[in-house]
Amino acid sequence: MLKLLKINKTFNAGTINEKKVLVDFDLHLKTEDFVTVIGGNGAGKSTMLNIIAGVHTSDAGSVVLDGQDITKDPEYIRAKHLGRVFQDPMMGTAANMGIEENLAMAFRRNRKRGLRWGITHEERALYGEKLKILELGLEARLKSKVGLLSGGQRQALTLLMATLQKPKLLLLDEHTAALDPKTARKVLEITEEIVTENKLTTLMVTHNMKDAIRYGNRLIMMNEGRIIYDVSGEEKKSLRVEDLLKKFESISEAGANDRMILA
Amino acid sequence: MDNLSGMIMALQGAVSQGVLWGIMTLGLYITFKVLDYPDLTVDGTFALGGAVSAILIVKGMDPFLTLPFAVATGALAGTVTGVLNTKLKIPGILAGILSMIALYSINIRIMGKPNVALLGEATAVTRIMDVTGLSNSVISLLLGIVFAVAIIGLMYWFFGTEIGCAIRATGNNEYMVRALGASTDQMKILGLMISNGLVSLSGALVAQSQGYADVGMGTGTLVIGLASIIIGEVIFGRRFNFAYKLMSVVLGSAIYRMIIAIVLQLGLKSSDLKLLTAVIVAMALSIPVVKKMVAVR
Repeated sequence: MLKLLKINKTFNAGTINEKKVLVDFDLHLKTEDFVTVIGGNGAGKSTMLNIIAGVHTSDAGSVVLDGQDITKDPEYIRAKHLGRVFQDPMMGTAANMGIEENLAMAFRRNRKRGLRWGITHEERALYGEKLKILELGLEARLKSKVGLLSGGQRQALTLLMATLQKPKLLLLDEHTAALDPKTARKVLEITEEIVTENKLTTLMVTHNMKDAIRYGNRLIMMNEGRIIYDVSGEEKKSLRVEDLLKKFESISEAGANDRMILA
Repeated sequence: MDNLSGMIMALQGAVSQGVLWGIMTLGLYITFKVLDYPDLTVDGTFALGGAVSAILIVKGMDPFLTLPFAVATGALAGTVTGVLNTKLKIPGILAGILSMIALYSINIRIMGKPNVALLGEATAVTRIMDVTGLSNSVISLLLGIVFAVAIIGLMYWFFGTEIGCAIRATGNNEYMVRALGASTDQMKILGLMISNGLVSLSGALVAQSQGYADVGMGTGTLVIGLASIIIGEVIFGRRFNFAYKLMSVVLGSAIYRMIIAIVLQLGLKSSDLKLLTAVIVAMALSIPVVKKMVAVR
């Protein structure tokens, strides 16, 4: 489904701040894979997602999605195939627009926008049904401005928006990191529900090792721009957080950074 | 008594000018409020509209027929600013300043001199005058109202369409818009085109109403527009729907002109107006900050 081939990305090349973020990075995802990605700060997790999404362009290598080379496509063109949820709950929604208007924008992600009305009556009914799944009571507040919602509500809404038109690939970039534990749990449950129900191919970056083990069918650990551990199936199911920590310490000289340990 | 009738005359003229300038304010609303982009191109575009319309009238074109040309050239100027900003990554304010400066030369080129008088030429106003016998300021007012209402209707429709929604969302959250498959570059350029098209139209109507176009007629357009938007918001509130907001913007423009007229009657010089406008805008923009400071104490 998704192939990253020999991706290289260096930030600030040729300066004292030069940082090789991804080095000959290869990754193959099968259809309906739900892959969790962990790694320390600066391991290249977010950069990888941003290169898939087209926010950054890679220095070398190619991105192939569903047999189609999208390496040169700008972000908004690739968006037709991708569902994305960001770490910052503010980034996925438009605060000054209503819930239904945000959903209507998402509904047209893979279509050409024209001079047709921006939102139709049939859509409103659909949005009401979809919002019920979130169990946040948002279906009764279709006209409310998104800016009035809490971070968790906005993140759940963003998730719904990202999957309103079935994406070929769902990219989740630490999408629960900014939420309190209870809300994070809730959003993750909704995530799993939506992913399972729609049989979505998913790439989820997280800094929480428990979540990384608990969700998905495959786990990869990144360090300094490379995959240092790749596990799936039964082996992944039997993983424990201690195994991951040991793995991380054995490969990374500096040891797990504090963020990993806290998780 | 003399004073009073003078004041009433002045206010009547002020309202009609205000409504004609209100069309400019509607354009500015698109960039400043919808796209969250302070576009300085408008200082040049307003004069551009006046220049294009005036020179075409002098060359013998029907005054109404010159208006689409004013709109088109204004839209073109907006496109240039948009491309400078989005494709060439020049910061928004600077991109507008560059277009504005360039338009100064272009406007003089278009007119062949710094100003064109329309004395004795048929303008939209004189045409209607010939038929109805009404005064200049009444005709200007009616003309302004007809255009403003039509434009508000069109804008209300357009910003409800799929593309219009994408432009509104672009002013809100660019990351989201790109992630949802719309080009923020295209949306910004389109917004700047429409905005500057309207500003140019306003310049053309003002030139026809006052009987001349001048290369300096657009100086301060952005600030005057902001003052009008702010006055409209303060007096009529921010509630209600989009059409109401647009209407309050036009009324804000009329009220701005009335304030100016009153101040002039009270003895201020017309050259003091820019200072006064700047003070009004600075005060209005600083209200939220000042409120916070007071609240902290």
